[in-house]
Amino acid sequence: MATTTEFVPPRSGRIDKKYNRVPGKKGNFEMVAWLFMRISGLFLVVLIFGHLITNLLVGDGINGLDFGFVAGKWADPLWQFWDLAMLWLAMLHGTNGVRTIINDYADKDRTRFWLKMVLYFATVVIVVLGTLVIFTFDPCIPGSPLEVCN
Amino acid sequence: MSTEAVEPASKIDLAAVGGGGGEIPQFDITLRVRRYNPEVSEEAEWEDFTLTMFGTDRVLDALHKVKWEHDGSLSFRRSCAHGICGSDAMRINGRNRLACKTLLKDLDTSKPITVEAIKGLPVEKDLIVDMEPFFQSYREIMPFLVSKGHEPSGERYQSPEDRERYDDTTKCILCAACTSSCPVFWTDGQYFGPAAIVNAHRFIFDSRDDAGDMRLEILNDKEGVWRCRTTFNCTEACPRGIQVTKAIAEVKQAVLARSM
Ligand code: HEM
Ligand code: SF4
Ligand code: FES
Repeated sequence: MATTTEFVPPRSGRIDKKYNRVPGKKGNFEMVAWLFMRISGLFLVVLIFGHLITNLLVGDGINGLDFGFVAGKWADPLWQFWDLAMLWLAMLHGTNGVRTIINDYADKDRTRFWLKMVLYFATVVIVVLGTLVIFTFDPCIPGSPLEVCN
Repeated sequence: MSTEAVEPASKIDLAAVGGGGGEIPQFDITLRVRRYNPEVSEEAEWEDFTLTMFGTDRVLDALHKVKWEHDGSLSFRRSCAHGICGSDAMRINGRNRLACKTLLKDLDTSKPITVEAIKGLPVEKDLIVDMEPFFQSYREIMPFLVSKGHEPSGERYQSPEDRERYDDTTKCILCAACTSSCPVFWTDGQYFGPAAIVNAHRFIFDSRDDAGDMRLEILNDKEGVWRCRTTFNCTEACPRGIQVTKAIAEVKQAVLARSM
């Protein structure tokens, strides 16, 4: 099936150069990115609404939300996993979304490149920091009134 | 989403004209045209023309009146004047339309009617743009029947159902209204654009054609179907009422299905 892919576009000579397409890299990256947006979107609906409902509606609702509440949640591996999945999916989804926006709105390749570098840097920092916090979180700050710390 | 664009309600009270060939009502309009002549100035500017037009006139008739009676230097393309050749796509009141299919009475004539060249392609003069980048993308998707094997000794038969599969995309007149209404194309003109995808769709889903795979590979490019953000500007702009965004979505699905 893939025998017919060697195709040289018949670009004519008198075309304004800025419209000439640089032959793209082979591969399915853009397709996979497109698919990922939809699949991660589906998961995010469940994760985000689950997150909002447990944090803001159930029990004391928003009034019960404090350091202790968060500490309690992160003592449970289910919520650790939940928040980790939400962090990674939202970050990759959001980053790819902003990558798309940069591609759509920046008109020079140099601008595109630097905006994306800033974006990827920010993503890596947040994902690494977030993951670290979820797994190394210690509710027992000095003078903690929490029961588990006594 | 409606399948057929609804005829806009007339914004002008046209007295009912009997069957007796009564008088056609007249009204005044201001036509505000984006003029550009690189031999005079690098800057484009708006120029107003006040014209007395008939209730049956189209934007194209107003342009003709300017060119023939006011300013012969006004430049625009038109050929058939009946929505068939696709030469006169332009931005009318900010929307891509064919001048020959847009009746003046359907526009708000209390305000100036703005007419400018379609966006995203290099303007050559007034309303004329260089269509070459547009046609280049069109050529790249190989808009012709490619078949394997021996020449058939008879006609190539196709069932009515198979013919129906791609009927919508056979209607394209290559006016570029869709491609030049797409914000992704405006940015850098790299995107293949809706029209190229529509015309690829025309062959990809034709049961007689054997090069669908090749076209799908071409449109799997980073400037191909995945740049579509489903804005629906193209569907809104198409003077043939083609469901352009739907056709693009079908090609996306075909690329996906092929890679799975
Ligand atoms: C609630 C669940 C969510 C769903 C169902 C969802 C779905 C989607 C889909 C399908 C796209 C692709 C649009 C396209 O290709 O044209 C998209 C784009 C995007 N998403 Fe989400 N998303 C969700 C949550 C989020 C979150 C939490 C963020 C931020 C971290 C986010 C940021 C973005 C951005 C920046 C874009 C790019 C915008 C664009 O292409 O116009 N989304 N989303
Ligand atoms: S799809 Fe419609 S708007 Fe686009 S070029 Fe063809 S006829 Fe014109
Ligand atoms: S002049 Fe031919 S389509 Fe309008």
